Amino acid sequence: MTANEFISDLQKSLNGIPSADVEERLSFYSEMIADRMEDGISEEEAVAQIGPVESVAEQIISEYPLTKLVRERVKPKRKLRAFEIVLIILGSPVWLPLLISAAAILFSLYVCLLSAMFVIWSIFGSFVVTAIAGIVGGLVCSVSGNFWSGAALFGAGIALAGISILFFYVCRICDKGISLLTRKFVLWIKNLFMKKEDEK
Amino acid sequence: MDAQLKRGILDVCVLAAIKNEDSYGYKIIKDLAPYVELSESTLYTILKRLESGGLLTVRTAEHDGRLRKYYHITEAGVGRVEEFKEEWKEVNLIYQFITKEDMEDDSKRVYI
Repeated sequence: MTANEFISDLQKSLNGIPSADVEERLSFYSEMIADRMEDGISEEEAVAQIGPVESVAEQIISEYPLTKLVRERVKPKRKLRAFEIVLIILGSPVWLPLLISAAAILFSLYVCLLSAMFVIWSIFGSFVVTAIAGIVGGLVCSVSGNFWSGAALFGAGIALAGISILFFYVCRICDKGISLLTRKFVLWIKNLFMKKEDEK
Repeated sequence: MDAQLKRGILDVCVLAAIKNEDSYGYKIIKDLAPYVELSESTLYTILKRLESGGLLTVRTAEHDGRLRKYYHITEAGVGRVEEFKEEWKEVNLIYQFITKEDMEDDSKRVYI
């Protein structure tokens, strides 16, 4: 891939970010490629060292503030005429509820992810509580005369303690998975506000 | 390494790379390469952050018929590096304390 191809591909995938910011990014990357080539690295290799366009673009988008993306997306390209403003206001009973429900759907998806995390940790919590209850209850029970049911309860408590230790690691893995999922989800929302190539 | 900690350290690394003389993007990456691996995108974000924080200034100069951006450290930037050195003296003391305990543990192990 040549430097020019890289820059123009990157520009295409950043379509949706305000153009001044895109220009700055592009000149930064082309300077980086030019400096590498000056250092004796071939053009092909210099571009390869920067990394694939998709992952560079993904990193840029994930670091870019969502609010700026939204503002760029909804900003009218020219000044609105009076009748257009009137139409927007008259249409508000239609588009406002739609907008609110779209935002609500996205928000509830986010809450779902968080509550999944909460549920997993609650299960862990309940294992710990029942383990402690089993051990303590078993001891109390066996001391107060009912030895065999006490011992059974105590054994169950110990087993639950073992399960909760194992489950702790399961929780940690789920935690990591869910936070990764959350990051992907935010990136996906940001991508909704990026322009597609054909609507330039 | 903890992400927050790494971010702070990388900021200082970049400042240290331009401390003695103004430098440009690729040179910063090359100078830091033996110590930390820094991608272009990360460097860009760090430079932006340092610039908006007033720790460095940017000027564009012509080089070999094209434009290149040079980064210059400010007083505040130098201050940040010095601050970092002081902080890490403390961290180093704590580190010595922690590793000392390890060594004592090891010696106990030998005697048992």
